Amino acid sequence: MPSIPARPSGEPMTEPLLSVRDLSVAFHQGGNTSLAVDGVSFDIMPGEVVALVGESGSGKSVTANSVLRLLPYPSASHPSGEILFGGQDLLTAPEPVLRRVRGNQITMIFQEPMTSLNPLHTIEKQIGEILDLHQGMTGQAARARILELLNQVGIREPEKRLQAYPHQLSGGQRQRVMIAMALANRPKLLIADEPTTALDVTVQAQILDLLRRLKGEHGMSMLFITHDLGIVRKFADRVCVMTGGKIVESGNVEDVFVNPQHEYTRHLLASEPRGEPPAADLSKPVVMEGKDIRVWFPIKAGLMRKVVDHVKAVDGVSLSLRAGETLGVVGESGSGKTTLGLALARLISSQGRIAFIGNDIGEYSFRQMRPLRDRLQVVFQDPFGSLSPRMSVGEIIAEGLKVHERALSADERDARVCWALTEVGLDPETRWRYPHEFSGGQRQRIAIARAMVLKPRFVMLDEPTSALDMTVQAQVVDLLRDLQKKHDLAYLFISHDLKVVKALANHVIVMRTGKVVEEGPAEQIFRAPRQDYTKALMAAAFNLEAVETAAINQ
Amino acid sequence: MQAQALAAPPTVTAAPPKRAWLSPTNRRRLQNFRANGRGYWSFWIFMVLFVLSMFAELIANDRPIVASYKGEILFPVLVDYPEEKFGGFLATTDYRSSFIADEIEANGWMVWPPIRYSYLTVNSNIPHSAPTPPFWLMEPEQRCAGYALGDEDPACILGNLNWLGTDDQARDVVARIIYGFRVSVLFGLVLTIASAVIGVTAGAIQGYFGGWTDLLFQRFIEIWSSMPVLYILLIIAAILPPGFFVLLGIMLLFSWVGFVGIVRAEFLRARNFEYVNAARALGVGNWTIMFRHLLPNAMVATLTFLPFILSGSIATLTSLDFLGFGMPPGSPSLGEMIAQGKNNLQAPWLGLSAFFTMSIMLSLLIFVGEAIRDAFDPRKTFR
Repeated sequence: MPSIPARPSGEPMTEPLLSVRDLSVAFHQGGNTSLAVDGVSFDIMPGEVVALVGESGSGKSVTANSVLRLLPYPSASHPSGEILFGGQDLLTAPEPVLRRVRGNQITMIFQEPMTSLNPLHTIEKQIGEILDLHQGMTGQAARARILELLNQVGIREPEKRLQAYPHQLSGGQRQRVMIAMALANRPKLLIADEPTTALDVTVQAQILDLLRRLKGEHGMSMLFITHDLGIVRKFADRVCVMTGGKIVESGNVEDVFVNPQHEYTRHLLASEPRGEPPAADLSKPVVMEGKDIRVWFPIKAGLMRKVVDHVKAVDGVSLSLRAGETLGVVGESGSGKTTLGLALARLISSQGRIAFIGNDIGEYSFRQMRPLRDRLQVVFQDPFGSLSPRMSVGEIIAEGLKVHERALSADERDARVCWALTEVGLDPETRWRYPHEFSGGQRQRIAIARAMVLKPRFVMLDEPTSALDMTVQAQVVDLLRDLQKKHDLAYLFISHDLKVVKALANHVIVMRTGKVVEEGPAEQIFRAPRQDYTKALMAAAFNLEAVETAAINQ
Repeated sequence: MQAQALAAPPTVTAAPPKRAWLSPTNRRRLQNFRANGRGYWSFWIFMVLFVLSMFAELIANDRPIVASYKGEILFPVLVDYPEEKFGGFLATTDYRSSFIADEIEANGWMVWPPIRYSYLTVNSNIPHSAPTPPFWLMEPEQRCAGYALGDEDPACILGNLNWLGTDDQARDVVARIIYGFRVSVLFGLVLTIASAVIGVTAGAIQGYFGGWTDLLFQRFIEIWSSMPVLYILLIIAAILPPGFFVLLGIMLLFSWVGFVGIVRAEFLRARNFEYVNAARALGVGNWTIMFRHLLPNAMVATLTFLPFILSGSIATLTSLDFLGFGMPPGSPSLGEMIAQGKNNLQAPWLGLSAFFTMSIMLSLLIFVGEAIRDAFDPRKTFR
């Protein structure tokens, strides 16, 4: 295991800012001890960005959290290792010393901007707290500094935002506020734990841009944790590839990407979703057709709850989808793409004509829809949330059969469950196990099997890959494509990840604020986007570049 | 995984492999429960007391468990034999009277329970006017002063002495405590289970359907729970004849509300879970979703709540009894015994016995409740 990666020659030998030596982390639960991080070593030089890359469960976040001792002690412990920062071992430092380091010399930003800000405090109060704590700065001086920070992180009209609560800000703005808090005391090291994973591609590009700029201005170092190799390549100076709690390869970004030494690194690099969608066949029957679909949520006000306005989540979208074809719906979060999918699946009420295999289902009630539900299936985004934790895999898959094919005997039903599991590439023996025993990718396969067991004609796929690791994404995309070919399925594929859409969709709809901005054959849209908004999406997704345009949200 | 997909489907077995009867989560919970020594021991002590009190008739009774009379095996505990069977004239036999006892002993044998008093049995051989103190507080010769032959009397044995004295109607305190404990716990259990069923159902409907259902129901519950429960109980108890089931019904009217809040919150939270949406997209009906997908989530909160409701019900029953609006006169009741203790300060064994019974019973239940709560807490780690 390479403990100290070779530095590029010519660089002066300086003291590393942070030096992690042979760090191990163990977790104890109910008498069992598991080693999450196993003998990890790396250095961060002043002004350097080091990326920790790996799939979920590889121990990268645990490593980052141990730097500031933020793990749930005493169930976590460090069997070995030291973390040297400014000559002090943070692992053995007493709590008061550690508190002076946290939020002052080393700061962190977390993955989930929705939950890492306190919903009960205003932005001013949250940033002010850190200033007060470490610099004793209050009153006018603090307010001036907060405004300066908000300006730095690119919040528009910061004066008006001071009194805002987190829920009044968008995800990107919240992450900017988190960064402002992290920068408040001019830290020497910023630990960023997947800071852009929960954000839209366009916002992700903006945040990365911001971090790059701030790094230059402040000359701080960064420990950047991510599973996205695109970000690493664009952003980091050095990279450490982690798997199974160990660093298997580390070195300069260019060296690792051009000439990966370890097998796992090569595997990671080769795991982008690939392939082309099967060509659309115009002779196939139309499965799903929507005309001028509208989903308006009323805004009520006043004593009599009079409807004063509408939130137009989906505003006049038309589409048609043939058997064996995939329609990709792309857009930022809040653009109404999921709402459109739910409306087509008749899970929320909508206006406009929806035709599904010859039935005008736009006005159908839940009861009227039930006989059709076996041919109209949905796969949800989060494979951890979409499987009931208290049912075995077999029960989960058989649930739909119990509703739609009551005539089946228990044995026949069991046979169908086995068939569906085989179809998605899982061992039928696994049907007795429970969802928590499976990885994210396997769970998504179970969710797909649950849809497939009913032999649907149309499947609405709501971001089915966005909660999965890169390598697993590629496998799920391949699986979906195989199933489509085999069963002549029509897919409505909703995603903000254009790479995945490119690998699956024949036809693409670009949505923004409920309306279709651009639509056309996938090949044309990806090759020559016409609208600024589409171009900005493409730039952000494929080049991680933020385009300065009014077309995208902050 | 890819390799599996391409391989031929493996042979399929119909029978599930043998698996533990508890899921790993529940096993962890059981382990956590056991790890809490105080709660675990309290649970077992309470269970032993509860099971023993279920057989109170075999422990404290004024009739023998088994008797043999003229070659015939009799079960006086189970069967009411008329006294004429033994040469008397009453409709039911008073086995404690020396006439009957001598008659049976002469023609066979009797096996008595360890305590020869039932909760209603009046000790007609008390040494002085009731209430009498526990026998170990009296001089040996004074203990059996009420019997014909004093402490030489064959009836002057441990089972006939009052271990914790008698109350002001010369009834044995131990017997009344045993039966009173049973009534209290049974009342608490039935009330808790019934209110859980009603409360969980109401909360589930409210939380699942939301909207106007929730709004109207919630206002109703606010009005309902703002009523002064104890006064209403007193008024109703004054009109209706007192009794176990009347009391149960009246208290049930108000006690179910406690569960609604937690179950409603749990359902509101979980009804937007993706697996619930997924079930809806499969066409699964509302009631199936509520039962199969949502109820298990709410059960954790409900179970955690149960022991505390149980102890609350017992305390309410006792306070009603204390005020005289509870169980009908003569029933074994801890509240009535506390009231007697208050009225007979010269007989501290009454108040003290009731106090210790109540406090031990409620403490045991609270300890068990705490242990259950900790066992279900996913964040709690035991080392």
